Amino acid sequence: MLKSVFAACLLFLSAASAHAQLYSTADGEISFHSHTFLEDIDATNKKVSAVIDPASGKMAFSLAMKLFQFKRKLMQEHFNENYVESDKFPSSTFSGSFTGNLNKDEEGVYPVTVKGHLTIHGVTRAVETPGTFTVKNGTITGTASFKLNPADYNIDIPFIVRDKIEKENTIEVNIEYKPKQ
Amino acid sequence: MPAILFSIVLQAQDTSLLALAQSQAGTVTSYVSGTFKATHIVNMQTIESPAKGDLNFIVMHRFGRVNDGSYNFFGLDNATLRLGLDFGITDRLAAGIGRSSLEKTFDGYLKYRMLLQTSTNSMPVSLSLLGTISNYTLKFTDKSYLNATYRTAYTIQALIARKLTRAISLQLSPTWLHFNLVPAARDQNDLFAATLGARVKYTKRMSITGEYSYLPSGQVSSMDTRNSFSLGWEIETGGHVFQLVFTNSQGMIESQYIPHTAGSWGKGDVYFGFNISRNFTLKKK
Repeated sequence: MLKSVFAACLLFLSAASAHAQLYSTADGEISFHSHTFLEDIDATNKKVSAVIDPASGKMAFSLAMKLFQFKRKLMQEHFNENYVESDKFPSSTFSGSFTGNLNKDEEGVYPVTVKGHLTIHGVTRAVETPGTFTVKNGTITGTASFKLNPADYNIDIPFIVRDKIEKENTIEVNIEYKPKQ
Repeated sequence: MPAILFSIVLQAQDTSLLALAQSQAGTVTSYVSGTFKATHIVNMQTIESPAKGDLNFIVMHRFGRVNDGSYNFFGLDNATLRLGLDFGITDRLAAGIGRSSLEKTFDGYLKYRMLLQTSTNSMPVSLSLLGTISNYTLKFTDKSYLNATYRTAYTIQALIARKLTRAISLQLSPTWLHFNLVPAARDQNDLFAATLGARVKYTKRMSITGEYSYLPSGQVSSMDTRNSFSLGWEIETGGHVFQLVFTNSQGMIESQYIPHTAGSWGKGDVYFGFNISRNFTLKKK
């Protein structure tokens, strides 16, 4: 009895994966920005690994914190050493799904809502943001812009620099997904 | 029963998508950063140097000896100073100039980051090469023969460092010093020494540091030399690094602190002082 249930499970699983046309990229772009009267902080990560299943709506990102590039090297060093502690927490991830119509076979712009869990600095929090998917030339480009508070992720901002970092940082996502071979 | 199976399958899909994204990302080989917070431990230069287009301004200050007594306010009445500028020509090549009040010495150097320690340990150490030149301009009325050439000394150091853990970094610097002129015939013009430096970081921005220079005997005979030993406490705040130091060396450059340290820790010949380093980004991208 158990054996046949097990076999049925395997069949189901393989059937499910056979039907999923995943779209992915290893070169997605995510940047964050903080602007105060004392200092501007801008950094971009161009090596975001992202996977999306347009049929089920599920999506996931993973990025290496060390690959955020800053204009000032010292700022990049402090970001990694003192703030996000990238030696302890090398990557940040997002796992969730989008709701809204997305037809991967029809070119156009599709507004959606993205919901899921974001893990930064070892802390996982629920996030929700509006986003847009643009289907063109067989690729799907997902963009979104939302705010997050570093303190929510236990990122310590020392008192002496409290006016140099915005309470809410702006995150910009721009990821072009291609069909996964 | 089928419903449970169905939801299990969907769950598997959820985490498997993240696992897929993570495996696609692969492991990132990156260079270890922040082996030290500054370009100097106390007197010893570290493998760190300013990034391309960055300028570091360094003030190094040593008071007098602590055993100078209360009349001299335990050395605080006295002072020697070094002012220096370091500039990042490229991310790997830096140049610096400085002037010390001790013997009114000018110094200049080039530092090249040859090897960088990697996070995957494919390169286990960072290696920088340091070449310095120094020239003391203090006038001696009884030594009019001292011309610019005689007053010049050169040093070459290999700076070998490893960030062992997020808190502990070590550095070894084998050194060759060359003096164009030495005071006595039995003094060597070419000296060999090695300096060991360490830093222990106990909060994200504060560390305890130490360094020790070993100068094998028989090389400097015209004065009673000691091995230079220094302890420091440092704090990094944004663009500044402040270091409070205790050392038996009054000199702050290689051609002074390595071969000409006269102070003895046991006798209390300890100079209290500080280093302040400030980073400026000059390049506007």
